[in-house]
Order: sequence, then structure tokens, then C-alpha cells
Amino acid sequence: MEQDLRALCRTLRRDILTMIHAAGSGHPGGSLSCVEILAALYFDVMRVDPQTPGDPDRDRFLLSKGHAAPALYSALAERGYFDPALLPTLRQLGSPLQGHPHMESLPGLDCSSGSLGQGLSIANGLALAAKQTGRSYRTYCLLGDGEVQEGQIWEAAMTAAQFKLDNVCAIVDDNGVQLDGPTDEICRVEPLDEKFKAFGWHVIPVDGHDVDALIAAFRQAEAVKGQPTVLIAQCVKGKGVSFMENQCAWHGKAPNAEELAAALAEVEGGVSHG
Amino acid sequence: MDNVKKVPQRDGYGLGLLELCKTRPDVMVLDADVAASTRTNWVRDQYPDHFYNVGISEQDLVGTAAGMALGGLIPYVSTYGVFLSGRAFDQIRTTVCYNNLKVRFGGAHAGISVGPDGATHQALEDMALARVLPRMTVIAPCDSEETRKAVIAAADIDGPVYFRFGREAVPVVTDENTPFQLGRARLVREGSHCAVFACGAMVYEAMVAAEALAEKGISLRVYDLHTIKPIDQDAIVTAAKECGAIVTAEEHQIHAGLFGAVSEVVVRSCPVPMEAVAVEDTFGQSGPPEALMERYGLTAAGIAAAAERALARKVK
Repeated sequence: MEQDLRALCRTLRRDILTMIHAAGSGHPGGSLSCVEILAALYFDVMRVDPQTPGDPDRDRFLLSKGHAAPALYSALAERGYFDPALLPTLRQLGSPLQGHPHMESLPGLDCSSGSLGQGLSIANGLALAAKQTGRSYRTYCLLGDGEVQEGQIWEAAMTAAQFKLDNVCAIVDDNGVQLDGPTDEICRVEPLDEKFKAFGWHVIPVDGHDVDALIAAFRQAEAVKGQPTVLIAQCVKGKGVSFMENQCAWHGKAPNAEELAAALAEVEGGVSHG
Repeated sequence: MDNVKKVPQRDGYGLGLLELCKTRPDVMVLDADVAASTRTNWVRDQYPDHFYNVGISEQDLVGTAAGMALGGLIPYVSTYGVFLSGRAFDQIRTTVCYNNLKVRFGGAHAGISVGPDGATHQALEDMALARVLPRMTVIAPCDSEETRKAVIAAADIDGPVYFRFGREAVPVVTDENTPFQLGRARLVREGSHCAVFACGAMVYEAMVAAEALAEKGISLRVYDLHTIKPIDQDAIVTAAKECGAIVTAEEHQIHAGLFGAVSEVVVRSCPVPMEAVAVEDTFGQSGPPEALMERYGLTAAGIAAAAERALARKVK
């Protein structure tokens, strides 16, 4: 499985770069940083079946950092929710692959997103609904580290702890860089572990690019009872493409043909300076 | 009409929720620390399994409700309309409406009649904010009984719904046998010279205005236009054609609320002179509710005067 998932992550990175290049716009940095997280969730941890995307008992995933849509689209396509041939239509007029995820346009999306800061509240609502209706599904919510500057995240963090939502698992893609620069220089969010602990959460630090470690962390989270869990995933923005890594300039810019070729060569070669 | 019974509209909201919770396991009621004001404390006390208080966090309130709706429940979220429609606008727009979720928004303390709390607490823009959102149904019932009916009727609408209702005791002008049909204006009083489309407590004021104008030989038709969206185009076009002049009356800013909604139909289908009774593009202030209604012209006298202005502009 380990080898398979590593190969899968290379495929996801290739998809992401290729589709953003084809679209001429998009967000490569934050898409590349969450590849292993999505691979772990959709190919191991989550109880989902692409044949029944509306199953009320399925686990839910909320991409609160909606600009990482290319990563999610790639994961869903490779998982079998829709034909990967659709991927190059990203951001085109009439495409089901909207610039930010639109639930009604594409099977497999559990919610729309794009306006930052909202996903954790939605995850809480789904988790409360599970408890209310006697279902055992879990809800996973991927946040960006820049995104937690949004106040609603902390409103939701309090709500999750208040209602003891042990069926909620948040993941912070802690890549340290936001649109305008390093997160530390713009509006410091660290120490994230202590902040979430203070808000009543169980905190698991994890290497966000080690699929096995991520899977183990998700399993550990599932065993936690009486409180929500957050994985603080140490990630590298632009992971896998040396010239994109840790560069805020690649937060929201499409690679040109030459850059794409260089990026794909690095991904295929497994080269990374991150 | 002086001895008319007065009941706060929010009581109708609470009663409607109680009825729903009695029979519907999927109906949930959420509040943001104003349960005693919105009457959701009645649900909290009688159906605690249906009630969630998320604290003073309107954005999280709406997001949590959206998640519940995604999980198959029908959440009614309740707080002051000014905070619900304003502070949580993006959550309502992008999470609830964009996904077409069955979330119901109870905008309490609507209008200037909130009184002493002042401008910060007077929801005068909420119908406008709700109305511009695709897929949103917007309802402004005229009294407590109609509020109760609206709450129940809204349960099964396929998409989001915004209600607004006031804090103060206002005249009860309907009873349990009065028909209520979402999206259909209710004809309250026949008339032929001018038609008033009113919502909320202004319906009663319009009825009083019609009485007063009748003594002057002016025949005022009165509609309770409780559903602002989708709007009853047929009733508006019929009134424009048959009466030839229209007045709107609302406890809301003059822009983009009821006056805007009715005007949009009139200009496209049957242009006639129109006048508006509304708050004239200004913020409110503290004061006793009735004094505020008087100060901002939201009265039967204001409606009567507007009707006479509209009549004077009619093409003879």
C-alpha cells in the first residue's frame, strides 16, 4: 500500500500541475501541500464508495481551504468518482470543476467551499446530525494555516469542544505561507497546537507528507472519545516542485509550458528540496 | 379597531417551532444566546433534544446549521435579524444558498419597533440582504398567528427561507382559519382607487388607513404581501391594472425591500404611480416603539398620506 500511495501522490501532483496549467489560473502551492493528506483520507481512512456518493452513512470531507480544489478534484477522479478526462476542464465555462468546489456540480463533493473559515462549522453541524440521527460517520475538515486567521474557525473550535464532537477530525495544512507571504510575518497563527489544546481539542502533530504517519494519526484520532481531534500537519507549500516550494508567489499562479515541464520532471523524478 | 388583541410576532415563531418539534424528528432549533428573546427557549424547555445554543457566534451558528442540513436535518436558526442577515451574510450566501440547503432563518426583533436598544439592534436592511440571494424565500408575516403558520409552512420548502418578525406586541389581524399560502398575497380589503401592499405590522396600519380614507370617499385596497420572495406577480399586476396606483408599506429601509420588490414587478408589467412608506435611507435611534413608528412615518396616517399622493399622480 505504501508504494501504491506514493505513486498515487505523484499522479495527484501531476494532475494538479497539468490542470492548473491548462486552466491558466489556480492555486498550485496549497494544492501540492495537501496531496498526502487527501491520499490518506480518500484511499485509506475514509469509509466512502464512489458508486454511492450520496450514501447517508459515508464519511464526509470538507475542503475548507477551497482554493486547493485541484487537489481534491484529482483525488476524487483517481478514486473513481468521475472520469479523470474531465480534469483539464478545470475553471472552463460550463465545467463541473469550478474554480472552487461547487457541490451541486460534481459527484463526491460533500459541500461547496471557497470563502475561507467556514468549513469547521459545517463539519460540526454534520457531526451533530450524525449524533442526532444515530449514524456513525465521521467528518474530516481540511484547514489552511493562513485560514485559521478567520475568526469563525475559533467560534467553531469552541462549538466542537462544547458538544464533545469526537466524530470531528480537523487537519491544519500547516505550510507556513499564505498569499502575501510567510504566515509568521503577516499574522502569526502559531503555536497552533497550544491554541487548539486551550480550546479543548486533542492535538496530534504529524508530518503532512508522510502518508503512513498520516494514516496512523487518523486512526489515533478515531480512538479519541469525548473531544474533537486536530492533526497539525507540517507541510511544505508547493511540495514536490523545488521552485514552487515555500514561495508565496506560487500561491495562486499557473505554471507556463516551460515551468510545467520542469515541474513534471521533478515530480516524476521524486526530487524535492522541501 | 381600537380593541384589537395584541401579541408579539415572536410568540408565533415559538409556537410554530413547538408544533413542528412535536411531530418532526428532523426539525432542529439553533440559537445564538438570545433564546429568551426569540422564544426558542420554549423549544429548549419542552424539546431539549431539538435545541442547540452555540453561543454568541452568528457565523458559526449558520455554518453549524448548514452542516445539519447536509446531514438531512431541517434547522431553524434564530437570533436578531440584524446580526443574522448582516454579520452572517457570507455564510448564508456561500454556504447555505449556494448549496441550496434547507436552513430556515428566524430574524427576530425586525424593524424599528425594537425601540430602546437603538439603531444597532434595529433590523432595517434584512429583507434587502435576504432578497438578493438566489434561492432564498423571504417571508414577513403580519402578526403572531401568520408567523406561526409561516414557520410551519416553511418546513418543507426545498431551499433556504428567511423570516422576519418583530419584538413588540402588535395587533393580531388573522386567526387560525385565515388562509395562508406561501407566495400568494392575501387580499385583506377590497378597494378600487389605490392598492396598498404591506408586510409585517404595517398590514394593520394599512387596514386603519383604509378605514380613514373610506370616510373621505377614497377606496383603498389592502394586501398582506407576506411573501416578499418569490413575489406574487399576479396580485401586483392585477392591483396595478384595477386600481391604477400602488403604495407599499414596510418597517424597513426604503431601498431594496418591499418597495423595491413590488416596483420591480410594476415597472416591467404595468407602470402606475407608486409611493412608499418606509424608513427613508437613515438609521434609527432609541425610543419607545410607538414613538419611533410615529417619528419615521410608519403609521396609518403615513399610509393614508402616501395613498393620496399616489392618487394625485394618477393619469386622469
